[in-house]
Amino acid sequence: MATITLTISALPAHVRTARLMAATVARRAGIAASAIDEIRLAVGEACSRAVAAHKLHCPTQPILLQLIDGSGSEAPDSRTDAASRVLRVNGSAAQRFEVVVSDRAPAKDTEESAGASMLDGLFLDGDDTPPGGISGFSPGLGLAVITGLADEVKIDPSDQGTVVRMSWPLAAEPPSDPRSN
Amino acid sequence: MDLKLDHYTEGDTEIVVVEGEIDVYTAPRLRELLIDLVNKGNFHLVVNMEKVEFLDSTGLGVLVGGLKRVRAHDGTLDLVCTQERILKIFRITGLTKVFGIHSSVQEAIDKRSAK
Repeated sequence: MATITLTISALPAHVRTARLMAATVARRAGIAASAIDEIRLAVGEACSRAVAAHKLHCPTQPILLQLIDGSGSEAPDSRTDAASRVLRVNGSAAQRFEVVVSDRAPAKDTEESAGASMLDGLFLDGDDTPPGGISGFSPGLGLAVITGLADEVKIDPSDQGTVVRMSWPLAAEPPSDPRSN
Repeated sequence: MDLKLDHYTEGDTEIVVVEGEIDVYTAPRLRELLIDLVNKGNFHLVVNMEKVEFLDSTGLGVLVGGLKRVRAHDGTLDLVCTQERILKIFRITGLTKVFGIHSSVQEAIDKRSAK
């Protein structure tokens, strides 16, 4: 179980750095090439959301990104066969690549709660952008994209901030695949 | 790769050529360009995205914002995109129904003229 942690200042320019790092670590972890683009995009969305929230509430606080490669989990209790690969070890997903983006902006004031009005509040444009907000950024759409891309998503909003956990299965070849030998 | 923007006129259509990454950092520049073009009276826009390497929801928001602006003048905003990785984000957000997405600039112009 290898973890890489990255802390970024809440600036849009650093979202790209986070994306590139996530894609690089995912590739190294053995994620299927087709899923790398999904990870890049989902991580970018999660970080964009966090940057936008920090910009409104706590611009000087950093955003935390954790990239967890579950492939190296060789602990005795993780010797799993294909059927039980989804077993959770120490709260982390075994045999999965997990990305955790944690911000420190109080969740109650952010706009995600208004998820019902999908198309109205979705596309902030010009006058719709809140004071101090990021032009064009729309948290609702970002979360919709994350949900559409990540294999598993868990979003925990709290007064201390929001934690977005996304994970993808590591590309363990199915045992039935004749080419895996 | 940063964002590179260019535009040129073809008949009554303004073609916007976008190259590089459209994300939370660079999208405001595309937004400014689209607003500027509309303010100068260009209401038929084609955004050529063939050289776009990355597009996120902020970029989508900017394109939808542009569409809203040209529609206010009975205009159109069409996209040129054949890259699967970019088309995918339009698909998962349901925006393939909102935009005309074409395989070439000429096709985008021809289809609008035929309407």
